Amino acid sequence: MQKAVLSRKLSLLFLTPALVFVALFLVYPFFSIFQMSFTNRALVGANALNPQNVGLQNYMDLFDTQDWMRRGEMGHSLWLTAQFVIGSALIGQAGLGLGIAVAFHNRKGLLRELVFTLAIAAWIMPDVVVAFAWFAYLDPDGTLNQMLQAVGLRPQDWLFDYPLLSIILFNTWRGTAFSMLLFSSALASIPPSYVETADVIGARPWQKFRDILLPLLRGYIATDLILITLWTFNTFTPFLLTGGGPSYRSNIIAIYTYEVGLRFFQFGKASAIAVIVMLINLVLASIYLFISRSRQRQIA
Amino acid sequence: MAMKLRFLLVCVFVFALVGAAYAQDAIELTIGGVSGVEVQWLNETVKPGFEAMMAEAGTPVKVTVIEFSGSGEDLRQQYVLDLGAGAGADILGFDGFWLPEFVEGGLLKPVTELVGDSALEWEGWSVIPEGIQAIMGYDGQLYGIPRGTDGRVIWYRIDLFEQAGLPTDWQPTSWAELLDTARTIQAALPGVTPLQLNAGTAMGEASTLQGFIMALLGAGHHVYDFEEDKWIVSSPAILATLELYETIYVTEELGEVRWQLVRNGRDLSFEAFSKGEVAMLVEGDFFWRGPLAPGTGNYAMANRNEVVTFALMPAREPGAGYRGQDFVSASGGTGFVLNANSDHPQLAWELLTYMFSRDTLEALQQLQPRIRARVDVPIPNDPVMTRIATEVIPLSTIRPQLPVYNQVSAQIQLMTERIVSREMTPMEAMQAYDAAVTEIVGEDNVIRIPLER
Repeated sequence: MQKAVLSRKLSLLFLTPALVFVALFLVYPFFSIFQMSFTNRALVGANALNPQNVGLQNYMDLFDTQDWMRRGEMGHSLWLTAQFVIGSALIGQAGLGLGIAVAFHNRKGLLRELVFTLAIAAWIMPDVVVAFAWFAYLDPDGTLNQMLQAVGLRPQDWLFDYPLLSIILFNTWRGTAFSMLLFSSALASIPPSYVETADVIGARPWQKFRDILLPLLRGYIATDLILITLWTFNTFTPFLLTGGGPSYRSNIIAIYTYEVGLRFFQFGKASAIAVIVMLINLVLASIYLFISRSRQRQIA
Repeated sequence: MAMKLRFLLVCVFVFALVGAAYAQDAIELTIGGVSGVEVQWLNETVKPGFEAMMAEAGTPVKVTVIEFSGSGEDLRQQYVLDLGAGAGADILGFDGFWLPEFVEGGLLKPVTELVGDSALEWEGWSVIPEGIQAIMGYDGQLYGIPRGTDGRVIWYRIDLFEQAGLPTDWQPTSWAELLDTARTIQAALPGVTPLQLNAGTAMGEASTLQGFIMALLGAGHHVYDFEEDKWIVSSPAILATLELYETIYVTEELGEVRWQLVRNGRDLSFEAFSKGEVAMLVEGDFFWRGPLAPGTGNYAMANRNEVVTFALMPAREPGAGYRGQDFVSASGGTGFVLNANSDHPQLAWELLTYMFSRDTLEALQQLQPRIRARVDVPIPNDPVMTRIATEVIPLSTIRPQLPVYNQVSAQIQLMTERIVSREMTPMEAMQAYDAAVTEIVGEDNVIRIPLER
């Protein structure tokens, strides 16, 4: 075994600031939220001054099977979140990002620069500005409907009749750049000779994608999927567009938590939701770690 | 090293001195949670007047007005967070029905505690009726000074009524007549929304008070039984009210559902009314003197006085309303409270009483005539507001001043939303409301009136 550069004591000393920081800003809030989730603490009313211990009541309310799938309840919200994540993160951002990256693989030119610039611009703009622009874009008298009418299609009330679809499209547009950049830099690391050899023996584009690019990208795809799944699961920006409505039809889990905690000020119940969300995220992160470790083992 | 330290100490000392001197120069007082013409009044009348008065008295102050342009729900949210964190302006524009839960939550303190008993000696109390004082009071304590009270009615467009061949001095005496009028407009004026009765969670308290409660009072009772001290969670009247919503928004589409469900729906409905795209809208007198006010409103109508007027909300049938009334209305009230976190509660109280002195209030009354808390400040030259005071207020009733009210109100908004969004039938929505409110207030605090069918 290799001898450590620093002594054990000294390395602990160097680690201390980081550990204190982690304890203060990560571990402590986590435990205080966990503890609060067993109380009826609120910010207004009598429970603000004298919160009581209610045991598992908050969790039982959240998992109340009778109205769990009703609009505005947690089950309904988790189901919307699942659709939102699958639609906007997995199919939207990862699919579109991969598509753009492969389409412009080994290519240069104005079109590539234009597409990349636009995708990155959508990614780096501030949330509020973007939401305002989309609000105007999807309005019944908005830009999208004007374009539809110009080509003879019927205008739609997007945010009212298709709220979930609207925020899925919005989030796809917003975040595709990350997957696109990740995949295009991964593709750049593939030696050009692989594809050139395939060209020589007359492989079709789909065959090249399936048999050369996809296997080499597999590890990156897993990383990308899990990262954007976690981000999308916790994103709050759609609130700026729909507020979770109309009638809770875009009430994804982050908006639901916000509403319970900061609109109704039921901190106890909101903490319970936060704990559940943390557990779901933990499961997703474990899958990510499991896949990436098994990949490392394969390589080794 | 020692030099540096000494230099630092000197710096700190100098800064402290300068700071203290500056503070003595002018103590800053802030007024928050205000909008519209009140901002104008505070900046043009109150601020210069009070600053001059205090400078003369030897205690110079600087008054800062912080405008708030969000919804009532947004403002309440900001106050909970501000006051919970020990922050906020010295004087806060406040809605009376928020008081109980704020007080119970330890976020506000009575004026006698912040200022002392001298607060009760203010000359204004003698000209503010006790019932009005109670708007900014809870549990026998006063927390601030009320602006005044208001009333809720059906606002309608005289020009649209004329076009539809309806009488312009319209006053329905039953829900059936109200709906018939809406149907006439629907048939005669395509593109015009006949009737808007607020519903849904997006509009917040506006759905509860100017929507559900206005209709429910006409069906015979309030949300709360003030004699039994219990919440009525299931009854023929609640069901009838929900069926009225169903008729308006689902079966006959006399109202525009979209405005009840989207975030900016209230503003959209105001705007549509001001443009003559809505014929009848149930709202408080705030609608008349705020958004529609010529010159100052967000949806100002230069011809407001000619084309807009109001009718009383009828009971379901004559005599079937709350307390056996033929017509019903609901009142709220707003005002200003003292922030318990204020560094200068005495000065803040002086500023507040200056705002509510007769002369200062007269200046505001010129900008926006309304029912003021002080009886010595009458309504000038506004026959509509005078009618609100003389015809509507005597019929009106207030909300239960209880800490759980806001939670119950949220359930009322949800119940109406479930009807207009077609998620539930009136019966299902009432059952869900019953279950939710029972969970909030406890089985011992609810009443169920059996359905006759």
